[in-house]
Amino acid sequence: MNPKNSGRRRFLKSSAALAGLAVGASASGRSLAAQPAPEKVDELHLYGERSHFVESVRTGSINNPERRLKDEPVAFGLRSPLQDQVGMITPASLHFIVSHGFEPPDIDPREHRLLIHGLVDRPLIFTVDELKRLPSVSRFHFIECHGNSSTAGPGGPARIAPTATAEDTHGFTSCSLWTGVPLSLLLKQAGVQKGASWIMAEGADASKHSKSFPLAKAMDDALVAYGQNGEPVRPEQGFPLRLVVPGWQGINNVKWLRRIDLVDEPYMFMMETSRYPSLKLDGKSRWFEFELGPKSVITRPSGGQLLPVRGYYEISGLAWSGGGAIRRVEVSTDGGRSWRDAQLQDPVARKAHTRFSIAWNWEGEEANLQSRSTDEQGTVQPTMAEVAKIWGTDVEYFRKTSLIVGDFNAIQPWRVNRDGSVQNALF
Amino acid sequence: MRFSRHLLTAFVLFASGVVLAQTPTYKNVGRAPTKQEIQAWDIAAGPDGKGLPPGQGTAKEGAPIFAAKCAVCHGADAEGAKIGPRLTGGKAEIETFTTLRPIRTLGAYWPYATTVWDYINRAMPRNQAGTLTANEVYALTAFVLSKSNIIKEDDVLDAKTLPKVEMPNRNGFVPPKFADIPDEKKRGCKQGICP
Repeated sequence: MNPKNSGRRRFLKSSAALAGLAVGASASGRSLAAQPAPEKVDELHLYGERSHFVESVRTGSINNPERRLKDEPVAFGLRSPLQDQVGMITPASLHFIVSHGFEPPDIDPREHRLLIHGLVDRPLIFTVDELKRLPSVSRFHFIECHGNSSTAGPGGPARIAPTATAEDTHGFTSCSLWTGVPLSLLLKQAGVQKGASWIMAEGADASKHSKSFPLAKAMDDALVAYGQNGEPVRPEQGFPLRLVVPGWQGINNVKWLRRIDLVDEPYMFMMETSRYPSLKLDGKSRWFEFELGPKSVITRPSGGQLLPVRGYYEISGLAWSGGGAIRRVEVSTDGGRSWRDAQLQDPVARKAHTRFSIAWNWEGEEANLQSRSTDEQGTVQPTMAEVAKIWGTDVEYFRKTSLIVGDFNAIQPWRVNRDGSVQNALF
Repeated sequence: MRFSRHLLTAFVLFASGVVLAQTPTYKNVGRAPTKQEIQAWDIAAGPDGKGLPPGQGTAKEGAPIFAAKCAVCHGADAEGAKIGPRLTGGKAEIETFTTLRPIRTLGAYWPYATTVWDYINRAMPRNQAGTLTANEVYALTAFVLSKSNIIKEDDVLDAKTLPKVEMPNRNGFVPPKFADIPDEKKRGCKQGICP
């Protein structure tokens, strides 16, 4: 979308809201005559806009399949421009979007309900306001699509091209401060019955997206979130309610959450049996893979950027793991031959993006920048050769297959050329 | 043993009765839904047939409905078209699973026939979800399955027969036992990747 148009629309909306306010005030008998009319410049401040000099945007599309009729390019979703971001929070306006081709629904939060039923003592229906009465928590968590960084599939060509940016290679992950009610609290309120071992979560979108996962995870750290980075969850992220399932494949984090059913076996929904299982070379599919492994990417300098002069640069990037907190990030400038420990910047939270940085003097030589993360379990991010070995194949497979390579967490190399240009060096 | 630790925690909580608290902790937050409310929302159908409503349909009955509501995206014989994916497939496509160009169609790949019913019912036709009757969903499920020769044209699908339909790739998934799913170590996962 053109950012200028969106700004204009927002401005018009603000004006309308102000007009409504004025009418309301008059109706209640208060005179506005003594007050100066709000100046347009003030109206612009009612909902903050970023500087018009800042142009970083997501790339891609919702991937509505009707686009194919018009021969428009079909993308996998919208990627977040990681290379433009600082710190460890993703602005909600730039959070990645994957919604399997369905537009976000327009939900009135006053009409929205969350139903909890199935193997519980007391089925319950909550309004959003009722959920806000319950004890709340705020936690930093990343959400990552299991197809993030896939070398093949719909996003493959852009991801492996030498021109790829960090957005192209890793843009399907984002990190927010999520605020809401622990799902365990709601399930205890309903009274979990003996025999319940799985839950299914369902959204209110046009496809009624649904996903099954083990009850133990629901009781551990899942969150029914209504807040994201200090404001209501954005429509594209599930307004008014989103399930956050920390550290597990993005598909479990059901947006527009409206129903939770406690059951004794998975429902075998379309996404979990047909799209998201990982078909391996033996012809068998691994299903219900949940936890995302340790991963990291240098965002600065990264693909498409340019080092204008020789001299000092801070190498900076993001690391995350579904296994818990990031304990260590090492950085190499010589293609993995030698490694130095990077500094982890606060906050370092469990199952959240962690910002790392390290000092570097560039003397104009060709360099190969890599980062390698280790999580609190001691699990170390693998090289692509190690990923291939675990898959039982060679690295060329990841370039050639037509499948989305799920949970691909290999080390990402960036080549710095002598002219200061930076490019993707995965292959 | 990442996940198994979570499981252990859960077992301990269960054993100590914390999870099974008999009275709600928070007073007057949330209300009990009526049976009708649950019924209206509870649309999911499970592999054992749980959740499938009364009704029935055959491929013959499904053919005109498919032509009117589905063929525009999926092609007249469910062979796939510009918008919608191909739905047909079987043994020949399963043989592609070990190649660089696997054909993962509904007929070839999906392990449960109940999933076909559930997805048509919850999400199809695109942008008109929820408009099909239970009979129409049974008939469309039958039509799609018959196009892959998984059932015959006259086979009647209903809540009893649908879960018994054997899909060609039913045994193509590991681990087969759900109990083994949460334990990544048991599954041989290393460095966050499962082989």
